[in-house]
Amino acid sequence: MIATHYVYWLLFALMMIGLYVVISHGNMLKKLIGLSLFQVGVFLFFISLGKVDGGSAPIVSEDVETYSHPLPQVLILTAIVVGVATLAVGLALAVRIFESYGTVEEDQVLLRDADDREQDGGAS
Amino acid sequence: MTTFVLINVTLLAILIATALTISGMRTLYAATMLTALFSLVTACLFVLLDAVDVAFTEAAVGVGISTVLLLGVLSLTRSREAVTPRLRRLPGAVVVLFTGGTLIYASQDLPEFGSPTTPVQTHPLTDVYLRQSQEDIGIPNTVTSVLASYRGLDTLGELVVVFTAGVAVLALLGPLMQPAEAREREVLDLVDYRVLRVVTGMLMPFILLFALYVLFHGDFGPGGGFQAGVIFASGFVLYGLVFGLDRAQQVLPRRVLWVLIAVGPVLYAGVGVANMLLGGAFLDYDTFAPDDAAAGQHIGILLVESAIGVTVAAVMTSIFFGFANRVESSR
Amino acid sequence: MTAHLPVLQVLVPLVCAPFCVLLRSRTAAWLLFLFAALASLTCAVLLAVRVGGDGAQRYEMGGWPAPAGIEFVVGAFNTPVLLVVSAVAVVVAVYSRRSVTSEVDARRVPLLYTCLCLTLAGLLGLTVTGDVFNAFVFLEISSLSTYALVAMGRHRRALLASFRYLVIGTVGATFLLIGIGLAYAVTGTLNMSDLARRVADLGDDGGGNRALYAAVVFVFVGLAVKIAVFPLHAWLPGAYAQAPSAIGAFLSATSTKVAIYVFCRFAFTVFGTTLVFGTMPIDRIGLALACLAMVAGSAVACFQTDLKYLLAWSSIAQIGYILAGISLATTAGVSAGYLHVINHAVLKAALFCAAGLLVLRLGSARFTALAGLGRRMPWTFAAVVIAGLGLVGVPPTAGFASKWALLTALVDQGQWAVVAAVLASSLLAMVYIGRIVEVAWFREPAEPGTGPTASKAPASMVAAIWVLVLASVYFGLDATWPAGLADAAADALLANGGE
Repeated sequence: MIATHYVYWLLFALMMIGLYVVISHGNMLKKLIGLSLFQVGVFLFFISLGKVDGGSAPIVSEDVETYSHPLPQVLILTAIVVGVATLAVGLALAVRIFESYGTVEEDQVLLRDADDREQDGGAS
Repeated sequence: MTTFVLINVTLLAILIATALTISGMRTLYAATMLTALFSLVTACLFVLLDAVDVAFTEAAVGVGISTVLLLGVLSLTRSREAVTPRLRRLPGAVVVLFTGGTLIYASQDLPEFGSPTTPVQTHPLTDVYLRQSQEDIGIPNTVTSVLASYRGLDTLGELVVVFTAGVAVLALLGPLMQPAEAREREVLDLVDYRVLRVVTGMLMPFILLFALYVLFHGDFGPGGGFQAGVIFASGFVLYGLVFGLDRAQQVLPRRVLWVLIAVGPVLYAGVGVANMLLGGAFLDYDTFAPDDAAAGQHIGILLVESAIGVTVAAVMTSIFFGFANRVESSR
Repeated sequence: MTAHLPVLQVLVPLVCAPFCVLLRSRTAAWLLFLFAALASLTCAVLLAVRVGGDGAQRYEMGGWPAPAGIEFVVGAFNTPVLLVVSAVAVVVAVYSRRSVTSEVDARRVPLLYTCLCLTLAGLLGLTVTGDVFNAFVFLEISSLSTYALVAMGRHRRALLASFRYLVIGTVGATFLLIGIGLAYAVTGTLNMSDLARRVADLGDDGGGNRALYAAVVFVFVGLAVKIAVFPLHAWLPGAYAQAPSAIGAFLSATSTKVAIYVFCRFAFTVFGTTLVFGTMPIDRIGLALACLAMVAGSAVACFQTDLKYLLAWSSIAQIGYILAGISLATTAGVSAGYLHVINHAVLKAALFCAAGLLVLRLGSARFTALAGLGRRMPWTFAAVVIAGLGLVGVPPTAGFASKWALLTALVDQGQWAVVAAVLASSLLAMVYIGRIVEVAWFREPAEPGTGPTASKAPASMVAAIWVLVLASVYFGLDATWPAGLADAAADALLANGGE
């Protein structure tokens, strides 16, 4: 079990560190960094599904017999791009939030938001 | 085999250690540099797992673009994280325990790592992608053929996601906020260093040439439109950093960038529509050369890879300009 | 060209988006979005007719046969969703012209329509795709453009709402990705039909495969975030209430509905009814969460002091009704769920559109601003009340038809606790709609100076609101058409996809 599954376990640990950072940290930039860590764990998990012992990169040539599976790699290429796109949008939002609230700490933003709400009376 | 396991475990251990350090670190500059390191190690791991294309992309994106963007944002906001209150930690810990528990539970029935008899490897798809594709498409790099042809729609979707990100960043940071006075100052003084100036000037053609090589060599080796686009963009980012944004934006005016951002999706979808008009299905490149399917596939793949390259380069550059303009105007 | 309908359904709005950027004019961008919405409505209608005639339509991308390539599948189970999304898009397109100009900076307007086209394309693609990873890609297209749209709201709280939605939404999407990965590890395929076959081959209970069980859990948790099922709903109120009014109307009517459809698609046609609702207790969990959502959502809605927030919280409760129907996993239950998807989309779009008109004329939809204006703006408030009675489920409104169907289905299965929750939630809905009536008619205007601005309500916005309100009344009086669609969808899903 250990010899055949160690990769999965280590990758799960990696994902969980990322997820923990996303949920428990209040700093928005840190949240986004955590999101990247979480996603990288998932990407590695996909890639590890396609790996074959003794295989090589799925670029066909005459002197190679075993190849790793190309499909997970294609999926993860797409997912990496989606990840960086999300990161860029998240960072742009963080910049705007800093400009209008003066902070990127979620707790402080919420505090200032509560002040807004007292003024205009909308509760959520 | 044992060396493989050893390197694998070592790299994973480095990754986990780096991730833990990042999570505990309150100086965000340092955390950003560590995320760059993290991406670099990830890229190594991808190479080890035979995913060279993915490694290439991760290196270009994780080490390059993400780091530049994060640094840009840090210079606009505060670089020190506040202390996380103890109360906040509890929900995170609970969620992580449950999620991690489910994953460990799942791993008991996951196929053995690296085994050639897993459902993934024994599915008929494996044969289609690795052998059949050589006749259907005739490109040695099967990642490229799956990416651009078999699953061409996913790649169109990926391109649209990049386009969306470009539009979203423009909408958030774009032309709206551009105080006129900020444009007058030449802020970045890197241009005063002759070495930097000369080296950058000498490197630029090579960077752009390399990007073109990556774009057109994607059929035979790792690379393709996305990686090429990122390299193109990094060339312009370097130019902007050294010679100042104004010079960079003279070379590549905003209006041109706008057009280039939109050209990619139009071209990609246009290829699909052309296929439909020629009597095939959407993105059926065979229709480009009815007598020689493989030749048609080559044309189609080249066109869509170019479409990806153009839009990715334009989006990444304009995202960088968007953030960098903010930096200049906030000083 | 009719063979290409499934791809055209998604392609037209997708291609309109870059053209919005290229043309960069407000009017051109709006016309493009209107065109995209009309074209996709046309495609949806034609597809519905074809599906009614010759059964499910399949379209293989790039001409590659299914598991190797990606395929689109249009069947009785997703035509109602296509129709709802594109019909709402058309109404919102008409409505948005004036509403958006008044709420969003002129220079951002073309980008807003670009994002609207992308959201529409993403939602439609998510509905028609027959490939699990492709579904993830379309989900991300629609989500990313939605984040941008929410951030265009007038107040700085819109930015916060958008950021929270981004973080929660991305975690949800990543959960979905983990689920897809686990399912892929067990079966080696991404095509939904192929996946269903291979899952069935493992045995009735999934062969006791724990990785498969975990895959089901991750996929459903990821989707639950997008559906805004009760404990994972935190992103919804801010996102809907802070987004520009036209966007709020569009999102409230479409995005959670499409996520619910994807849930059905995975539950009934990918993992299979026996595995999901038999071996795994998803039905019981679903019903319990639905009850919580109904009661808590309606209760919180009663305490809101802003019409938009009130409507957003009421959405959380209404999602509970839909979820309850689907969790029953009987034909009657699923059909009631679909019917409520259609009816709630119409009702909520009408209400958010009306709220947007109030924002346009009063500058805000807070109760303090609405006080005592019932007599001065009778038509707008009449629309709010008629659609509001639909939410409560008073006959003969549309809400009654679907709630009745749901109650019948629940009683059939002897789910008395859920029946009680539905009734309690309806009573609470009566309370919050009653509050709007009280504010509008029985409260004194705050200051004599306040009131509707001199400008008249734009005809396009009024028309959009009343089309929706009248549609909701019509669906209440004569439910044959939506009920027929819902029944066909439920039959197709429970007959294992009708494929």
